[in-house]
Amino acid sequence: MIGQIFQITLLSLRNLPSRLGSSSVIVVGIGGVVGVLVAILAMAKGFEASMSRAGQPDRAIVMRGGSTSELSSGMGPSEMAVVGSWSEVTAASGELYLVADVPKRSNQSLANLAIRGVEQAAFEIRPEISIVEGRPFATGRTEMIAGRGAVAEFEGVETGSTIELRNSTWTIVGMFEADGSVYESEVWADLATAQSVFRREGGVSSMRVRLASPDAAGVLSQRMEDDPRLDLTLTGEDEYFRNQSQQLTTLIETFGYGVAAIMAVGAIFAALNTMYSAVSTRTVEIATLRALGFGGMPVVASVVLEALLLAILGGAIGAAVAYFGFNGWTVSTLGGSFSQVAFDFAVTPELLVSGIVWAVGLGLIGGLFPAVRAARLPITTALRGE
Amino acid sequence: MNALGLVWSNLGRKQARTVLTLLSLLVAFVLFTYLRAVAVAFSSGGFGEAGIDRLVVSPKYSIIDPLPINHQQRIATVPGVGAVTHADWFGGVYQEPRNFFPKFPVDPEGYFGLYSELVIAPEQLAAFRNTRTGAVASAGLAERYGWSIGDRIPIEGDIYPKRDGSRLWEFDLVGIYRGQPDDPDPGVFLFQYDYFDEARQFGHGGVGWFIVRVKDPERASEIASEIDGLFENSINATRTATEDDSQREFAKQFGNIGLITTGILGAVFFTILLLTANTMAQALRERIPELAVLKTFGFTDGTVGSLVLAEAILLCVAGGALGIGLALGTQGAMSVYLEPVIGPINITLPIVAQGLALAAGLGVIVGSVPAFTARRLTIVDALRERQA
Repeated sequence: MIGQIFQITLLSLRNLPSRLGSSSVIVVGIGGVVGVLVAILAMAKGFEASMSRAGQPDRAIVMRGGSTSELSSGMGPSEMAVVGSWSEVTAASGELYLVADVPKRSNQSLANLAIRGVEQAAFEIRPEISIVEGRPFATGRTEMIAGRGAVAEFEGVETGSTIELRNSTWTIVGMFEADGSVYESEVWADLATAQSVFRREGGVSSMRVRLASPDAAGVLSQRMEDDPRLDLTLTGEDEYFRNQSQQLTTLIETFGYGVAAIMAVGAIFAALNTMYSAVSTRTVEIATLRALGFGGMPVVASVVLEALLLAILGGAIGAAVAYFGFNGWTVSTLGGSFSQVAFDFAVTPELLVSGIVWAVGLGLIGGLFPAVRAARLPITTALRGE
Repeated sequence: MNALGLVWSNLGRKQARTVLTLLSLLVAFVLFTYLRAVAVAFSSGGFGEAGIDRLVVSPKYSIIDPLPINHQQRIATVPGVGAVTHADWFGGVYQEPRNFFPKFPVDPEGYFGLYSELVIAPEQLAAFRNTRTGAVASAGLAERYGWSIGDRIPIEGDIYPKRDGSRLWEFDLVGIYRGQPDDPDPGVFLFQYDYFDEARQFGHGGVGWFIVRVKDPERASEIASEIDGLFENSINATRTATEDDSQREFAKQFGNIGLITTGILGAVFFTILLLTANTMAQALRERIPELAVLKTFGFTDGTVGSLVLAEAILLCVAGGALGIGLALGTQGAMSVYLEPVIGPINITLPIVAQGLALAAGLGVIVGSVPAFTARRLTIVDALRERQA
């Protein structure tokens, strides 16, 4: 029987060129579904990656109790001193987190650029930060360094330029990288300078701390809860960024699957249409084969195989278009902290595989019903022609 | 048999094929209708015509800066300004973070005075003004969370703790308001600014933004620059834009939603175009001898071409109309899922019109080549094909 399947499939593939127009409908239809699905999911993957790379288990964020993001949090010097004095904390940086309206490169419209005022310990806490151009900012001067993502998305934050922020002029003295994480979407300045220029004397938004061990997070959270004088919460940095990315990632994925599912229904109709007409143009041929003694199963298998091959070809083309067209494409959107987060589309191998899986599924459905019809054709009527 | 009858019976010749083509067109247009509605929801503020005479005065440098509330009196002195009110972003979490909806502390009468398209019963507005912890919710919000008047609604303030250090704000629902019948639900939870400002721990006397009604919309941009001029060199400088522009600017922060939806629709329609064009070409090939017979009977080349074209247009418009109809029919059910994530969506008349125009255009494109072939067909060649 395998031999029969092989022969019939080969036969139908040989006369495929004569049905090129209608067969391309399957390829393009399924290619479209897979391309759109992979491209949209790559957006979610890229955003998630940018956020999760920023979070490390041995680092934590201390914010005012109840705050869900650094932007809405605030702390004073006395609270900072308490946090800095704990033995579980090996390094601490008070950080001021602000957003400012700066024009985006793409459309000149103003968007929220994240500005972070940091203490020197910030670099010790985040060893992944490296200056790739220019030099670090000098303390006490209105100087800033800009992340690679911020430079890509915003106007006037490249090294050497100056930027007006709230009646003050800042010089961008360098560009930094941070392992592709969300920090690259920010510009950084000296904390004390930022506090005085932005009229936040003494106050910070949050603190970044390095923990002696990841388990210390639980101990410290408990201690904060037990101390009625401290209205603070401590969140592991990885958990914080996971929470920040979750909503948008889920939204994009739901959107992607939703659109792909609707398109898939269309593609199935297209595939059915194509395969039914493929079967109907080959009525005489199939009947002849059956008369020669080929079984019903091989006929079914050959039609399904043809649909599958076309579907996989379409899926591969769609996945390739998504990969070459979108992988690494930098875009930005409004992230959890109300600031622009630049990220790259990430077309991962898993996404390519799931694209092909979709293609196989669609090809199977599109091929099966016409195949069954082909096998059920009464031989004598079919041989007589139309 | 009239011409339409001929077109009709041709479509019925291979019912399975016609139905499948119709269904894939339907799917494409369901997608088109929803994606357009989403794109429109993102690019407009949802205020439509009502917002034409409104300006929004925001902090110049950053949305997180507060503006002093006494800006309001100075803005009111600008000639051409009809009314001014203010609002602020409260943040806040109702039960759990995914229950997201905007919550603004406002001046009850000022706010409803400026947003005149919002409808609230006068006694409810009076209750809102007279109840310190009073709040009003849009009908959509009340429905989504099962609130009714008299309910106490707890909200955890993630930005603003209260003076006593507690983060639990409790509001008494004293009214439910709605937008105009054809507008999407406003979806905003409103409570008294006076209570909020007194009870909060910090930030007293600050507001998020002002909303200004201008007497003459023609002069809106002039008045906007006059307002900004008032505060130009102060640390609380402002940026004023029409409500529409400021909403659009904010929407752009999410990225180019328009580009993404256009890209997806492009992929969808390219696919559908190919499919339908292929179906039409196939249908024509099978019918060449018939068309020759029609010509033999005296149908002119033009008529035969038009018949084929009409068939394509009819198929596409029917598929498009079914798809748009299905989208409209499911809009109510879909918005239950869509509203909490992307806000109110509304399939407007222009979207329906665009969809139908697109369907007709698609019909012309896929039908024109077969129609041209049919028109050029010579009787002798076509009849000869039968033997082949």
